[in-house]
Amino acid sequence: MLCLEIAWRFVIARKRPMILSLLGIVFGVSFFVITQAQTSGFEQFFIRTILGTNGAIRISDQFQDPLGTVQKSGKDGKVKFIFHSREDALYQEGVHQPDLVRVALMDYPEISGVSEIIEGTGILHTGSRKKTVQINGIRWVDHLQASDLNGQIIQGTIDQFASDQMGALLGSRIFSRLNIKVGDRIMLQGGTGTIHLRVCGVFETGVSQIDKNRIYLHMGNARSFLGHSAGGSIFQVALNKPELAPELSQQLQNVLNHRAVSWQEREKVWLDVFKALRVSSGITVSCILLLSGLGIFNVFAISVIEKTRDIAILRSIGFSQTDVSAIFLWQGAIILFAGILLGSFFAGLGTYLISIIPLRIRGIFSTDSFVVNWDLSHYLLASCIALIFVSVATWIPARRASRIEPAKIIRETI
Amino acid sequence: MNQVNENSSHSGSLKVEDLYFSFSEHSSSVVDILKGVTLEAQRGEITSIAGPSGCGKSTLLYLMGLLERPGSGKILMDNMEVQNLSDRKRTIARNQLIGFVFQFHFLIKELTALENVRLPLLKNGTDRTIANQISSELLDDLGLKNKVHRPAYKLSGGEQQRVAIARSLVNSPNYLLADEPTGNLDTQNSQAVFELLLLMAQKLNIAVVLVTHNENLAQQSDQEFRMLDGKIFT
Repeated sequence: MLCLEIAWRFVIARKRPMILSLLGIVFGVSFFVITQAQTSGFEQFFIRTILGTNGAIRISDQFQDPLGTVQKSGKDGKVKFIFHSREDALYQEGVHQPDLVRVALMDYPEISGVSEIIEGTGILHTGSRKKTVQINGIRWVDHLQASDLNGQIIQGTIDQFASDQMGALLGSRIFSRLNIKVGDRIMLQGGTGTIHLRVCGVFETGVSQIDKNRIYLHMGNARSFLGHSAGGSIFQVALNKPELAPELSQQLQNVLNHRAVSWQEREKVWLDVFKALRVSSGITVSCILLLSGLGIFNVFAISVIEKTRDIAILRSIGFSQTDVSAIFLWQGAIILFAGILLGSFFAGLGTYLISIIPLRIRGIFSTDSFVVNWDLSHYLLASCIALIFVSVATWIPARRASRIEPAKIIRETI
Repeated sequence: MNQVNENSSHSGSLKVEDLYFSFSEHSSSVVDILKGVTLEAQRGEITSIAGPSGCGKSTLLYLMGLLERPGSGKILMDNMEVQNLSDRKRTIARNQLIGFVFQFHFLIKELTALENVRLPLLKNGTDRTIANQISSELLDDLGLKNKVHRPAYKLSGGEQQRVAIARSLVNSPNYLLADEPTGNLDTQNSQAVFELLLLMAQKLNIAVVLVTHNENLAQQSDQEFRMLDGKIFT
């Protein structure tokens, strides 16, 4: 505690350089957290959107593997080498024996919802306007378990859709393009002919490709319209822990002999973009911390030179080399602690202020303001980076201070 | 301090025997600073060492104060050889057995008079309240009652030197090593500081070793040595 007390007095005696050092840490920590909050905020929002729309895993075509799996076993029976070849696999459109697959899927404790979907295309007519759409035939109860459809409905209700066997849910951009109202009658052409539907609701996922193309129909209607009385469907699967999707999709593919794609694989391009942005901004902002670390190194190196006489005094009255080091390390710790504390405060404030800036985004997701992610790990990461830079910046001068020979300094002073 | 040598010597004295010290100026040339110095400082007395600049007076003092290690020879504190102690034990000895006073008083300017004085006490683990009490009383004894909480840099030269003396005495050391303590003071203050050292040597039974250029003060001391070219003469 004595070394801390002396360190504190040394810090407050050199206000200007210490405040400059402190500002470096404060800016570094707060900028780091704010940029991470933004980039990861948009990333998390995008992930929530795609999970809520297309689920964590999509199981589509069945494949037959004529070559099978090549594997080599050792004498002990353990597999030494395994190779899955899909090069000559024969694909059959849709899930084969969907009822059995559904039962099998529901046995997995990681799976929280399974929705069978029949897909196809058609042309919507309102009399004066028409639009080509992608039809998703669903069982609404199942689909609510495997998606966030209920939360995405912006006009009408899921109950209206549920109660009307000829009902349809339209993507928001189809709805605005056709210039219709909830409750209007529309005509769907294609497939086996024409059916008349009633608009029961409008949904908005934020993903423009979906909002301007997708409509939901009841499974029975969709099957009869598309002429698939059975089969030909896909499965959308929701997980309790979506981050486990890659492992589980691989397992499902091997077990079910159906193509299973995780959301990470499906959205790899966008996820890589977000990751690159996050890492890039992290590296850029870490440079501020690096520069402030260099500033602190400079301040402490000068401080050691200025304090050689004091160090000699302390050594002569019984302070050890370790004590002298500790005095300088404590100074660094004081700057670091205050910097992290103030930096975190300004980071929180800055993140909040940014979150209320109006910003309309429509494309890969839908938002009307900056999306931020309040994550403690950003603060911890910023603190760790600051800790590393400040530790190095103070350790070197502290080590130099501890090696000062008191007799030499006293002799040279005299 | 386990290297006990039962040589005949007065109890509690600070003694050096046949002390040699040299250092390399550059990579090759070696300069001999001390050439077989022997002296003994008794407790309750002032032992002065006078001599021209560069003769090795201060170096001898730093060796006696365990700030440096001799090339050869012995340093005996209370008949115990201490020249080969580990760094840790030398640090403890400097804190508990030795007090230093330097020409430029060497106070830490960021601290008050009281905070400077109490440093050695806090370093050896004395309770803060007790350390404050002891330090205040000592400053009071040295006529600095009203300057206790004044920052060191706001004290006059004479006051700063008295604070430095208080700091050197606060741990009740056996040995007080003063390197030109009056070198930066006028005649009146120099005499006052010397009398203070004499008083403390007698009152606290401390062996005071005084390195000085001041012939007048050297003559007033109990024992007077002269140094020339690394050798000592009585």
